[in-house]
Amino acid sequence: MNTRFDFVEGKNTAWCPGCGNMMLLAILKGALEELNLDPTRVVISSGIGQAAKMPQYLRINYFNGLHGRALPVATAIKAANPELTVIAEGGDGDMYGEGGNHFLHTIRRNPDIAHIVHNNMVYGLTKGQASPTSQRGFITPVQVYGVASEPFNPLTTAISVGATFVARAFVGNQGQARELIKAAIGHKGYALIDIFDPCVSFNKINTFNWYKENTYVIDASYDPSDKAAALKKGAEEAPYPLGIIYRQAEHKPTFEEQLAVYEKDPSPLHRRQRNSELLNKLMPSE
Amino acid sequence: MLKDQVSIVLSGEAGQGLDTIESLIIILLKKSGFNAFLSREFMSRIRGGNNTSEIRVSSEKVHAFVDKIDILIMLSPQGADRLETRLTPATIIIGANVAVPAKYAEMGCRVIALDLEEKLAALGGSIYTNIIVTGMLTSLLACDDASAQELIRSRFKAKGEELVNKNLVALQQGVDIARELDIPIAIERDAKAAAKTALSGTEAIGIGAIAGGCNFIASYPMSPGTGVLAYLAKQSKEHGIIVEQAEDEIAAINMMLGAWYAGARAMVTTSGGGFALMTEGMSLAGCVESPAVIHLAQRPGPATGLPTRTEQGDLNLVLYAGQGDFPRVIYAPGKFDDAITLTQKAFDVADQFQIPVILLTDQYFLDSIGMTEQIDFSKSAIVNNFIETTADYQRYALTPSGVSPRGIPGYGKGLVCADSDEHSENGRITEDFAMRVAMVDKRMRKLDGYKDVEPELIGNKDYSTLLIGWGSTYGAICEALKLLNRDDIAFAFFQQVYPVPSSAVKMLEQAQKRIVIENNATGQFGKLLEMETLLKVHQKILKYNGMPFSVEELVERILGGLSS
Repeated sequence: MNTRFDFVEGKNTAWCPGCGNMMLLAILKGALEELNLDPTRVVISSGIGQAAKMPQYLRINYFNGLHGRALPVATAIKAANPELTVIAEGGDGDMYGEGGNHFLHTIRRNPDIAHIVHNNMVYGLTKGQASPTSQRGFITPVQVYGVASEPFNPLTTAISVGATFVARAFVGNQGQARELIKAAIGHKGYALIDIFDPCVSFNKINTFNWYKENTYVIDASYDPSDKAAALKKGAEEAPYPLGIIYRQAEHKPTFEEQLAVYEKDPSPLHRRQRNSELLNKLMPSE
Repeated sequence: MLKDQVSIVLSGEAGQGLDTIESLIIILLKKSGFNAFLSREFMSRIRGGNNTSEIRVSSEKVHAFVDKIDILIMLSPQGADRLETRLTPATIIIGANVAVPAKYAEMGCRVIALDLEEKLAALGGSIYTNIIVTGMLTSLLACDDASAQELIRSRFKAKGEELVNKNLVALQQGVDIARELDIPIAIERDAKAAAKTALSGTEAIGIGAIAGGCNFIASYPMSPGTGVLAYLAKQSKEHGIIVEQAEDEIAAINMMLGAWYAGARAMVTTSGGGFALMTEGMSLAGCVESPAVIHLAQRPGPATGLPTRTEQGDLNLVLYAGQGDFPRVIYAPGKFDDAITLTQKAFDVADQFQIPVILLTDQYFLDSIGMTEQIDFSKSAIVNNFIETTADYQRYALTPSGVSPRGIPGYGKGLVCADSDEHSENGRITEDFAMRVAMVDKRMRKLDGYKDVEPELIGNKDYSTLLIGWGSTYGAICEALKLLNRDDIAFAFFQQVYPVPSSAVKMLEQAQKRIVIENNATGQFGKLLEMETLLKVHQKILKYNGMPFSVEELVERILGGLSS
């Protein structure tokens, strides 16, 4: 499918042949296209890692910053100009490891951004070390006796910290993944979508087929607005549920909505002027 | 009779409310037409301990700390021994409902022990001590009674008529007590002082930021840099500033860069330890070519060091922070009006050249209060340097100046692609060696078009000895130079510490003897000057115990150095 987000020179990517990111690129372009967004009004904030290279291959605004830091950058972009559609995107190591503290506090702030995390349970760009989501016993060149730490569960963490939209997708289920990305972008407030996205070079355990066999699509009868049920659903492992795990029924004020600067004037910061008269009053002679 | 100047020190515990007295008396002195300067030193605790404030009133402009104490007002029995070396037989010690140790009378000091018990009980408690002391100062310093009453009224208005009246009674009691004491002080008034503004170093940075168009600040609290965050928070609604307390300094600096990217004018405020965490963001600003304004309020390190004390020990940190080569500018204001204009300039320079600009201050500078000339900001409009993009916009277009027109997302038809990886003109990752070199060269030539803030030469132009200082030592060195009264010595004051300004070489070359004066242990700026000018610094006057230089100490150490 041709989309307005296609970056012509972006065909030669830095990803390995067969990488799940290729599928995700197509899914994301499809979602953005179907949302009828204008590429000049969308920004992707990304960090470092193979996943974080995503905006390099899109016709879109981006801030490709540092490892782990996509969320604070995205929060500030949305705060400075609420008219923009803002997406933070990166891998599990980037977002849950290096950026773990930002993950927690961004959810607490609740900026109106979509948070897309490629989850392949391994570090790709640094060549195969454990990630926060790697499973116990996973052997790597560093974790030579296998991973000893508990795998990080982004879904239950996000729900318990107060996220109002939490979903999981799998690149092997393209139609659902596209719809979930659209729903995440459309959600008013912070929206997490953790996407299983196999690494073909460094994870020989959690392969495309492994994900296929160890996931299932959540039944239509499931009520995602039930927080207790969502915590239970999000904690399920092998098979892992795919779909909207939690979506709060009532609107929660976003970070931008609570900023005093937008109380009376919705215009973004770049369209405003300093008030010299008020400024002069800061240096009273009386 | 104290005619030219007087130094009054208030000594109390944390939580006793010395700041109430400070804030009232400084405005009162200004309204009454006196030059005054107030500096503070305090312990890292919320209650107890010993904190002092020094109030200097002078017939001339004053902006420095002195050791000498003419009048010591003790609000707490604790900690006076810390001040012993600063007492002389001429010192008058007033115990405000506090027993003054007998040894001070033995030293020859005049000791006045005030029993305020009855008065305080009648007023409603020891909380009124501060206002009684304010009344005493009003009388001792010959401030206007009516102005003092007016200040009390406006200060306590919100708390109701009864409290206003009680405080007015306390004020009058203080005035009456001081009249009986027969302490002759007659400082000449300065007609210009009343038209000035009394403000702290913290407020100066805050006002400068708003003047620079700051509309976004993200920071993590750390003394002594937090005051700027609190000041901008206080002004946020009126001046349209987004204020966010970040989860850590790493988030703070990344938020600042995200904000600039989206068209805001943003800053962070921190101290050395917080800036250490921001280092990666500093380098990020260098690579994505983002404007950045960083206020670093220095305190003594290493590590946690002395959290509430002062030092100039972080020049090397900001000078070298960040992996790779990229341009930066570092300012270190020495007086409050310069702090305002330099902070304002920091935003403009950061925006114009798309570089990080660092403001280096310190605890002594920020917590001091002085008199500043008013500035009319309507004469300096903000020029936002971002452009409306066209469809073929390239964020890192190679230009002769090295500065690429800066687009922001959502304004124009182009895409704004900022990248921390080495990138091509359109902001996409590249590993092309020629492009890499072109991008480094482009970034490094950006400052070719920058005009230095040249050092200020104070004293005789035909000097043979040159004192060199930067930042908060300005006032003390100026006053010491004046007291030395020698036409062979001058003072070169640097408020731009990096890049080393172009006129520095000539200024340094003329001197046969160059003496750096720095509030740190190794003479960081002196070493930078030697490296950049290839001229030797002959002597270093350094202090790193956590306190600022006093005027007397500088006179003594400069004279000592000259004879060696």
